[in-house]
Amino acid sequence: MNYLYFPGCTLYTKAKNFDQTARNCSLLLGFELVELPNWTCCGATFPLATDNLMALLPPARILARAKEQGEVLTTLCAICFNVIKRTNHLIQKDGEKREKINQFIEMNYQGDLKVLHYLEILKQEIGFSTIQERVKKPLNELQAAPYYGCMLLRPFEEMGFDDKERPTLFEEFLTALGARSIDFPYKIECCGSFQSVGTPEVATECAYRILTSAMRQGAEVIVSTCPLCTFNLDQKQSDILKAHLDFKTIPVLYFTQLLGVAMGLEPQTLGFEQNAVDPIPLLKRKGLV
Amino acid sequence: MKKLGVFICHCGVNIAGTVDVKRVAEEIGRTEDVCHSVDYIYMCSEPGQQLIREAIQEKRLDGVVVACCSPSMHENTFRKAVKTAGMNPYLCEIANIREQCSWVHQKEKEEATRKALQIIQATLEKVRRNEKLEPLAMSLHRNVLVIGGGIAGMTASLDLAQGGYEVILVEKSPALGGHMAQLSKTFPELSPAFPGLLAKASEIEAHPKIELFCYSEVEEVKGYIGNFEIGLRKKTTYVDWTRCNGCGLCIEVCPIEYPSPFERGLGVRKAIDFLYPHCIPRRVFLSSTQCPYFKDRSCGRCAEVCPQRAIQFDQKEEKIERKVGAIVVATGFDLFPNEKLGEYGYGEIPDVIDGLTFERMLSPDGPTRGRIQRPSDGRVPKEMVFIQCVASRDPDRYMPYCSRICCMYTAKQATIYKKQVPDGQPYVFYMDIRSDGKGYEEFLQKTIEENGILYLRGRVSRIFQEDGKVKVWGVDTLTGKRVEIGADLVVLATAIIPSEGVKELASKLRATVDKHGFLTEAHIKLYPVESSTRGIYLAGCGQGPKDITDTVSQASATASKIQALLSTDKLFQDPLIAYVDETICSGCGICVEICPYEAREMDLRRGISVVHSALCQGCGACIAACPNFACELRNSSSIQTLRMVDTFI
Amino acid sequence: MGGENKIEMGTSENGFIKRAMVIGGGIAGITASIDIGNAGYEVLLIERLPSIGGHMLQLSETFPTLDCAQCTLTPKTVETGQHPRIRLHTYSEVVRVAGRAGNFSVQIRKKAAYVDWEKCTGCGLCQQKCPSRYPSEFDRRMGLGKAIYTLSPQAVPNKPVINPEHCRYFLEKKCRVCEKICPVGAIHYQQEDRLIEEKVGAIVVATGFDLMPVERFGEYGYGEIPDVIDGLSFERLNSASGPTNGEIRRPSDGRIPKEVVFIQCTGSRDPERYMPYCSRVCCMYTAKHARLYKHKVHDGQVYIFYMDIRSTGKGYEEFIQQTMEEGILYLRGRVSRIFREGEKIVVWGVDTLTGKKVEVLADLVVLATAIVPHQETKTLAQILGIHSDSYGFLTEAERKLKPVETNQEGIYLAGCAQGPKDIAETVAHANAAASKVQALFATH
Repeated sequence: MNYLYFPGCTLYTKAKNFDQTARNCSLLLGFELVELPNWTCCGATFPLATDNLMALLPPARILARAKEQGEVLTTLCAICFNVIKRTNHLIQKDGEKREKINQFIEMNYQGDLKVLHYLEILKQEIGFSTIQERVKKPLNELQAAPYYGCMLLRPFEEMGFDDKERPTLFEEFLTALGARSIDFPYKIECCGSFQSVGTPEVATECAYRILTSAMRQGAEVIVSTCPLCTFNLDQKQSDILKAHLDFKTIPVLYFTQLLGVAMGLEPQTLGFEQNAVDPIPLLKRKGLV
Repeated sequence: MKKLGVFICHCGVNIAGTVDVKRVAEEIGRTEDVCHSVDYIYMCSEPGQQLIREAIQEKRLDGVVVACCSPSMHENTFRKAVKTAGMNPYLCEIANIREQCSWVHQKEKEEATRKALQIIQATLEKVRRNEKLEPLAMSLHRNVLVIGGGIAGMTASLDLAQGGYEVILVEKSPALGGHMAQLSKTFPELSPAFPGLLAKASEIEAHPKIELFCYSEVEEVKGYIGNFEIGLRKKTTYVDWTRCNGCGLCIEVCPIEYPSPFERGLGVRKAIDFLYPHCIPRRVFLSSTQCPYFKDRSCGRCAEVCPQRAIQFDQKEEKIERKVGAIVVATGFDLFPNEKLGEYGYGEIPDVIDGLTFERMLSPDGPTRGRIQRPSDGRVPKEMVFIQCVASRDPDRYMPYCSRICCMYTAKQATIYKKQVPDGQPYVFYMDIRSDGKGYEEFLQKTIEENGILYLRGRVSRIFQEDGKVKVWGVDTLTGKRVEIGADLVVLATAIIPSEGVKELASKLRATVDKHGFLTEAHIKLYPVESSTRGIYLAGCGQGPKDITDTVSQASATASKIQALLSTDKLFQDPLIAYVDETICSGCGICVEICPYEAREMDLRRGISVVHSALCQGCGACIAACPNFACELRNSSSIQTLRMVDTFI
Repeated sequence: MGGENKIEMGTSENGFIKRAMVIGGGIAGITASIDIGNAGYEVLLIERLPSIGGHMLQLSETFPTLDCAQCTLTPKTVETGQHPRIRLHTYSEVVRVAGRAGNFSVQIRKKAAYVDWEKCTGCGLCQQKCPSRYPSEFDRRMGLGKAIYTLSPQAVPNKPVINPEHCRYFLEKKCRVCEKICPVGAIHYQQEDRLIEEKVGAIVVATGFDLMPVERFGEYGYGEIPDVIDGLSFERLNSASGPTNGEIRRPSDGRIPKEVVFIQCTGSRDPERYMPYCSRVCCMYTAKHARLYKHKVHDGQVYIFYMDIRSTGKGYEEFIQQTMEEGILYLRGRVSRIFREGEKIVVWGVDTLTGKKVEVLADLVVLATAIVPHQETKTLAQILGIHSDSYGFLTEAERKLKPVETNQEGIYLAGCAQGPKDIAETVAHANAAASKVQALFATH
């Protein structure tokens, strides 16, 4: 079974480990991620102004091309997923916009592609119970805090990913891997990454609150679905240390990296070198590498 | 020796939280003639009352003291309860250990407990000498006086008439409708106010059970529930209404025009004219202060053209007397006068008007035929400022209360304005938006979203004229910024106040008003339409600001209460009134002068003073005044009172 | 009470039945029944629960006078129970209505109480001895009730019913303690629902309200944080007859909360997600709650999040002013999220007057959740053939001039079934409905 796959720009650079681990794990789970040919940047923000049609064209093109190749498009980055899924929803629902967009991109796309996040593929198409069966190295009660961020969940009416106030999909996934999922109130709060450039101190403060909240609940590792979140939560920990002397660092991993560990992939293929806070001591302590 | 029972109520924690009720029950139980003393969480509840009834029957009690809340709350409840157990209800007394003890001594538990004991002991003293009494039965008139011909009075009258009772409806202006007749459209449906009102007015005019007196006022009220004697004054219209057919010829020929109070100064009326077009009754009236005939007899054209010969320059006021069983007071409201608002130009800026004036401007039958224009120069205003809570919610300077309807009518007016002047910009200054009626919130949301009306949360500090504009200085508290708007027209949603003369009327009716002049209800929750005086009921804005829907409900409610009252032939009244020891009375007459209820009379034949039992309210003034100690109050005799005092000292 | 003694039915010469049915035994239904009864007409009062009083009986004190709700209401419930012209059908539901004004045929289901009310004296022994305890609905699940119960010790009628879902006899066929203890042999496990037929000439619908369930508010924890409660629950905490005997103690651990957050407009005035309308009573009862709390916990701090303060009744504005003077902090803004952190509840909100985010660490959070029509109102509207709006509130014939009439002659509305109202307005509305019934009867 193969799935059309839109990697997105970050996954070719800063989040290569995200991309690689996802591709490798797929193969172990019996499916392949088929990269969409000629893909472009999704635009990285869904336009909030109602008349900003231009910003909708890149994701519309991606969707239209994908439709020529298949029926389902999957992606990993939460931001790409948000932009593409919402654009798809808009094209589906708004006939007037659909017509205009099609005129611009000179294609005919009706919004009838199914856009699924990789986690959704794992749950709906593969099944968490199947994954549980294929786990070679159960995560041994590793206390993992699932960080959803905001992009996967909101706006609920368009994303339809999971309950926007109390999602459980990520928790189910972690449990299937043999980890102990940690509930913490900040799991659906914004990481502040959009402020990383303009007002970095705001973003740092957001990250501090999220990380310490998770640690208070006993988390040993934060699990993320988004390169931007990961950047903010992981890379920024050095800045947090400067502002908060009592802060203790905590590894932040992509969910695919943890999946890789559980599926028994070799540690050197998991791209830990790209993680700012080294997870290897923790994984060693837990007997996972 | 009597056998007495004492029942001590916890009132939840209201009493038991402060007073040690168990100890009180126990200590009182040791009193010689108290053969039953118990406590219970809610004595007024069914099981509580059952405790009393059972004790009366089992122990053959002949006196009961219930120690609980104020007698104004539950004296009736407990007297009814003892009656069903076969005891004379006047052998039951209340010892108030809540309002007068536990509530005021919440931090002094020991002292409060001792005080409760004393209050109960004192009440026991009273009960020991109470006599068995029977309530006084009175006959009653089964008809009703309704004061006020606005929507409240009209609704109450129609409900009562449909219930089969005769109604006398008195309206001080020459036509029915009240302020509702001045309105353009009503919120939230934006439907015209007039047709529904007119239909009701026609129905009243034609109803065989309703006797309508317009341009009339209540001069005198005597008597009491079931037996009120009313004196009405029919003012002079100088037109014989039995002849006038409303043809309007007189209006055409009348040469005098003056600003019409009904049109709030925006339009004019003739010296002889209708109150407003299409008014009911459709009769003209003449203003003697404007008419030249009354100055120098220089004109008489109306009399000349009248085909009915209805004009009567020599008409005199008429006095009319009626007897009724109940009275509805539906005297309505006025707006707080602009002239008292210094910061908004003392009513001297022509383009600063109040809400009712704007209603006249919006009315299709109004002076501008519904066109919105500035009173100063007739231009269409392009920037309009509405200011809510003018003189309302301002305890330091004006009225502390909320006038309740301004938020909604302002939204309505702004919407109508925006529909008529699509390129105009309305601004609304508000404190809180209060849209708590059915469909109101939805209306307001729509108003704000669809009509582009700018709501600014804040107050306006000054309004003044500059360059043909009305400058409005205000603040937007959501941005914390000062705002200045150059407006063309400013509408003030001024406070609702009770209509003029209500205080005087209330004193004639012996009904109470609050410090603002609104009539007070007997209980804010459970008796919202009963006044403090029995037989007198309240409807509409005279009781407090309300919108039309609530006014109509309340007016129907008064009708329900009155129908229940008048459904019996006899009324019963407490016999706790004064009586005279005829062997002592010297006939000095001091009691007659001092009685505030006109209940004392000299029996000239016997040369002594007597008590008119239906009028006596048991206030005790005559007892204090009598130099010979010949007057006493039933079951509150001097000896009882002295014994009660003794227990405290 | 509760007996089957037939009340004489008034009928005019043309067969118009002058007897009314009032559906709902809350303050609206009670008021309407007493009014109609006092006017000389017979009334059937139908109540779904085992006793009358409605939500008002759950309240502690009432605004703006802070009178005890029990004290104001119980005399009325007692009067209703003893009224010679009012016949109570509690624990009953209207099943079918046919006919028209002057001649409605009504079928009423009298639910099985498993207690013979004719025999029962209301002594209360069965409730004392019943071993089965479960969270009481009347106490908003904060206190425990018995499987055989009355709603309160002051219930009218003071006769218990058995809840078969919790009774050990019904569940496990053992126990029978109540049967053994009952001195008059009133327990009757084989009792079944009974259908009875009645004829009436007019109907008053006073089915009242419910609160929107806390479980619907994801942002406020889906009702899963025990110390996030709704307004009626707070009333029970405050009530002397409530689960804490009137002490303010939080449900999770019984501690006295020192920081309490009240959130108004929860589910109201929110057209995107919940109800677009204003629930009309929350501003006032929240202010009341805040004051009652302060009177009991002097060193406590109260925060109230509001949108607009709506205090439009007589004496209401003054009440709010006083509330603010008592040191209660009003914050104009909404709350975006509530979550638990340790023993505290973290409340994230915004103060729109300063434009700042606010975070409060609270011990107890009270949500003033939206008033919605009682869930069975819609079905009843269908049975009666009267209109209701999209929220389920019953629709009056005309907003302004006919606020208690419906599209059906002879059927009238009273109280919150028509739309949110406070007690004073409900009483006036019910009086008005009674007036219309009287006029209808008088003209036939």
